[in-house]
Parts: sequence; C-alpha cells; structure tokens
Amino acid sequence: MNMMAPTAEVEGELRELSYAEAIREALDIALGEDERVILMGEDIGVYGGAFQVTGDLVHKYGEERVIDTPISELGGAGVSVGAAMCGLKPIFEFQFSDFAALAMEQIVNQAAKVRFMLGGAVSVPLVMRFPAGSGTGAAAQHSQSLEAWLGHVPGLKVVQPSTPADAKGLLLAALDDPDPVMIFEHKLLYKMKGEVPAGRYTTPIGVAAVRREGTDLTIVATSIMVHKALAAAEELAKDGIDVEVVDLRTVRPMDRDTVLASVRKTGRLLCVYEGVKTLGVGAEVSAMVAESDAFDYLDAPIVRLGGAECPIPYNPELEKAAVPQVPDILRAARQLVKAEV
Amino acid sequence: MPDSVDGNAPFAIRQYSADELKAALRKMYLIRKFEEGAEESYTRGLIHGTMHLSIGQEASAVGACMPLTDHDKITSTHRGHGHCVAKGADVEKMFAEFFGKETGYCRGRGGSMHIADVAKGNLGANGIVGGDIPIAVGSALAAKRLGSGAVTVCFFGDGANNEGAFHEALNMAAVWKLPVVFVCENNKYGMSTSTARSTAVKSIAERAASYSMPGLSVDGNDFSAVAEAVDTAVARARAGEGPSLVESVTYRWRGHSKSDRNRYRTKEEIAEWMDKDPIKRMAEMLLAHKILSADAVAELEAEADREIAAAIEAAKAGPDPEAGDLTRDVYTELAA
Ligand SMILES: Cc1ncc(C[n+]2csc(CCOP(=O)(O)OP(=O)(O)O)c2C)c(N)n1
Ligand SMILES: [Mg+2]
Repeated sequence: MNMMAPTAEVEGELRELSYAEAIREALDIALGEDERVILMGEDIGVYGGAFQVTGDLVHKYGEERVIDTPISELGGAGVSVGAAMCGLKPIFEFQFSDFAALAMEQIVNQAAKVRFMLGGAVSVPLVMRFPAGSGTGAAAQHSQSLEAWLGHVPGLKVVQPSTPADAKGLLLAALDDPDPVMIFEHKLLYKMKGEVPAGRYTTPIGVAAVRREGTDLTIVATSIMVHKALAAAEELAKDGIDVEVVDLRTVRPMDRDTVLASVRKTGRLLCVYEGVKTLGVGAEVSAMVAESDAFDYLDAPIVRLGGAECPIPYNPELEKAAVPQVPDILRAARQLVKAEV
Repeated sequence: MPDSVDGNAPFAIRQYSADELKAALRKMYLIRKFEEGAEESYTRGLIHGTMHLSIGQEASAVGACMPLTDHDKITSTHRGHGHCVAKGADVEKMFAEFFGKETGYCRGRGGSMHIADVAKGNLGANGIVGGDIPIAVGSALAAKRLGSGAVTVCFFGDGANNEGAFHEALNMAAVWKLPVVFVCENNKYGMSTSTARSTAVKSIAERAASYSMPGLSVDGNDFSAVAEAVDTAVARARAGEGPSLVESVTYRWRGHSKSDRNRYRTKEEIAEWMDKDPIKRMAEMLLAHKILSADAVAELEAEADREIAAAIEAAKAGPDPEAGDLTRDVYTELAA
C-alpha cells in the first residue's frame, strides 16, 4: 500500500508532480470548470507568483480572472470576502502567510463571522492560500507558521497538506466547501515531488491520514513535520521501535477519531509541529487525547515538539534550531518509549 | 555657499562644501560596491536567503540623508542597504549581518531585510511593505513630545503607497503636525506590478493633497534634486510646520529579489535607465563644477572597492551566534 496516495477513491492515472505543480493543476481545473472562480493575489500574473505556483495561468485565463492586486492585503482580502458573498468563488493567495497579519480584520472579523452574524443568510465560499514555514533564510517576518491563529476562529476551516496529492485534493475540496477554507502550504514542500492522480478528485477536509502504521508510538505531525516524522520512523524501526505516523492534514475541524484510535493502539503520543509550541496545534491534539478515554491507554506522558519560543532567526544554524528536526524527534521518541506513567 | 560658486549652479553645489560632496559621492560608490559584493557573496553561497538590491537608486538614498544629522532618524525598507550606508553605517558590520554573524548589526538574527543601525538613527529595514510608515510617525511623535528636535525620514516604495498603513499614517502625521518626511522611492514597480497597474494617481506626490501636506515629485537619479526637495521638507519639519511627501522617481537595475525573472519589463527599459546612472551623473556634476578631478573620482571608486573587499574578509572571520542563545532578546532581560 502506498501510504502517500490520497485516501479518497481516486481513479485518475498517477503522475509525478511537485507540490507546486499539483496546486497549479487544481487551480487550472477550478478555473476551467467554473466561470465564477477567480484568483487574486500579489504578483500571481506574469510573475507567476512568488513561489511560481500560479505560473502561466494568467496566459490561459486572462487578467480578469487571474488578478494581480496592488500591495494591499487588508483591502484585497476584503474584496475577496465581498466577492464570495455575492456570487464569485475567489481563491486568494497571500504572498507569504506572515502577511495574513495585515488582513486579520477581514479574515477573522468578516469572513469567519458574517454567515453566523446574519443568521445563515449568506455564505462565504472563499479559499485562501498561505505559503508558510521556515527554512528559506527569510527571517522573522517571512517564516512563520500561523495556522493555530486561524485554527482558533470558529467559522474558518484550516488545512495543511503535506503531499502533492493532498495539496491538489484539499484545494478542490476547499473550493467545493461553502465556507471559508484556509490552506497553509509549506514553502519547503513546493518542490517536493509525489504521485498525483490526474483529473478532478477531492481529499476530504477534517480527515487525517495514517501515513505509516505502527504499534509502539503515535506521532501526530502536520505539514513538513510529517516527512521528518516518517524519516525518524525509519530510523527508529532499525532499533525495533514501531512508529505510527498520523498526518493531521486538517487543523480545524480536527479528526478526533483517527488520532484517538491510534493512541489507543500504541499507548504513546508525540506531537510534532512547526508552529510555536505554546498554544499551538499540538496543544489541542494533546488536550483532545487527555479529555478522552484514550487517556487511559497512555503508558507515558504526552510529549510535544514544536517551534521554539522565539521569532525565526536569520542565521541558518539558529533557524534550524528554532524548529523540530529529525534528531529531535528521534531523541523524544526514544525517551518516550522508555518512559512509563 | 562659497563666494566662488555660481548662483545658477545646482542646489547641491551651492549648499554643500567640497568635502561634503566628496563624502556623498564616496557613499554612493560604497552602496554600489556593497551591493555588488553582496551579490557576489550570494553567488558563492556565503549568504542564506534572499536580498533586494538598490543598484541604480543610490542618489535617492544619499540625497535624502544629506540634510540629516546622526541625531535624526530614518526608517527603511526591504531594499534598505543604500539607506543604511547613507545614514553612516559601517559596511563591515553590514556584511557580518549578511553572513549571519554575532558581530553583525542584528547579531545575525535579522539578515539583509532587517539591518538597523540604531546608534546612527537608522531604526531598521522592514520586511513588511509599508510596515515602517506608521513607525516613522511614532518616531516623530516621540521627537515632538520629548522636544528632541529630531526629524524622521521615512523611506518606502511605490508599492507601499497602496497599503492602508500609508494612508492612516500620513493622515495622523498631518493632523498632529509631526516632524516627519515621507520619501517614496518610486522605482516604477512593486515586485512585478507597475504603478500604472496598481496606483490610481499618476504621480504618488499627488497623494499628499489628501492629507494637506506638500507633495513634490523629483528626479530620483539626480542627487541634487533629491537633496533639495528633502532639505526643504526637513526645514519645514524642524520649524514645526509638519510633514511633507517627496516622491523620488528612480529605477532598480536588478530584479526585485534573487528569484526575479524580469518577465514584466523589457531589456530596453532596463538599458534606458542604466544610461541614467545616478553615480555617473553625480561624478559628472562634481567634475563640471571642478569639485573633483577625474583622477580623484577614480580614486574614490577604487577606495570603495578596497573598503568593500576588506569588509567582506573581516566580516567572514566573525563568530557565529551561540546555539544556546536562540531565545535571547525575545524579551528584555530584567536585572535580578
Ligand atoms: C505586507 C507585504 N506584502 C507583500 C510583501 C512582499 N513584497 C516584498 S517587497 C514587495 C514589493 C514592494 O514594492 P515597493 O514598495 O515599490 O518597493 P521596491 O521593492 O520597489 O523597492 C513585495 C510585494 C511584503 N514584504 N510585505
Ligand atoms: Mg517599487
């Protein structure tokens, strides 16, 4: 079984695509099938996007549908909210997830709440894409992992695809969703290749994927940390430690069933995520387990590995030290397996 | 103005001493060579991340800082190396920052996009487009309340003038008559998006009218024109008459950053602007007014080359930050 393949029943022929290409393919399908779909963002036209995700789409669909906005995140995000309320299906690209900070008003106070405030009279079928994460040497204002910020807001759905196939499938699922869906894409994954089914398919929002089955320890990871967890699991297998790796995929709504089932099976939980550890995604995963019957199955205290309690530094060694790396996962996993409650 | 100076000479020739003009040209060379050195270091893998070069915009940075003393402040942008050198920074400490060294201006934590030199009044480059504009207004508010007499020059690009922060900040600066000069370096593009495609007004200086402040557009490749416009604005700020907006029209020769494929502009356009080289124009002005000889100009350039080469070598030898210091300076350490 290929654990990296999408979990939905997918018919399309498998091709090797990069994560960025897979997203572009989803955008192309979306634009091609529905006139109401528009793309908005900074430098997504002739420039092709800061990370070359939109690529040449402007040449295929024109500037009326692949819209370069001025450098106006608050205004641009708000325009996409209004357009979504009134019949369009915008897909809005932030150039870096960090710039969501400039648009929080429209995301948090408007997009997330307008349906509720109006008693269900409108919906906001909006997709927002956020290139996130560290590792590019871009320092404190261009390297953050802010998914937990948006995950805290009822009214939003928040996903973090870790593979090219999921990047495509989750984007199309987000497009089909009647409510605002926020997609956090890790910048270091854009060039990663993987098998991607051709044609249209969706990867369900709110469903985690078990990427590797194991019996000794559950690692719940998000985004790029899934790959680090899988690399660590291979290492640990050599020592006879059998790790199960759960790719959370959706931060909100979180897939409780998959996580709890895995913890009941292994009795040990390690959460690995790049966002700052305190009040991050792993805190919610841990609490979910601690509040459930799965807690009774734990043989050792839960461990979280998250981003350091600091902004992302520029110096490459410090930058690496600021987020969990494979050796950190190995160390934590080995200790966990030794530990008893 | 020395007696011998022709009353019709450009502002800079009338206003500044030969030594001041020579120092200004030296800074322009230093900026150019600094950025060429940074580019080369990048190619050789010595620099992590990306960088935004201001080659072609040197007259704007140096001209705008002419009326300032070390006591005055500037705020800067992602394209900030020129502003930093113009405000008197040490190029060795700038390179050390590029190389991520503990000896850099930000102890290796900030890199190219965050270089600051607080001692010289440079509050720092900013990675957020428009992020520095309200901060400059805050700096001016502090100067006014504290009676420090300092003026703040706020640098930003044409792209930044479409951020809400620009409009909110200019309005407050005008309402409160603060000592701040907004210098918009209009290099025609915000990344790939031309001002024609992004900005409703033809000249960004027109936006000053919305905030009832003077707005002036000048040739940003003409050192004297920039210095004159900012000098007038600084004098107005010092006199307590409030803010001004100066648009400095210029051009970046290089791509937006290291990943730019220049798909949104033509080779001809770039070549046309390279012909308007601000450093060449400054040198020609100093030659024409007999401030410097051709030999002296060549010597200034050679000196800048040597200074940059030495700075790179010295910066490379600096210590890396300690891994154990990862979370230092997140908060102020309070004495026990
Ligand atoms: C809030 C924000 N949006 C977008 C960016 C990405 N970005 C960095 S520089 C830049 C272009 C800025 O254009 P301009 O203000 O004209 O300055 P220039 O680069 O031309 O010097 C963009 C879009 C950013 N850093 N911050
Ligand atoms: Mg510009």
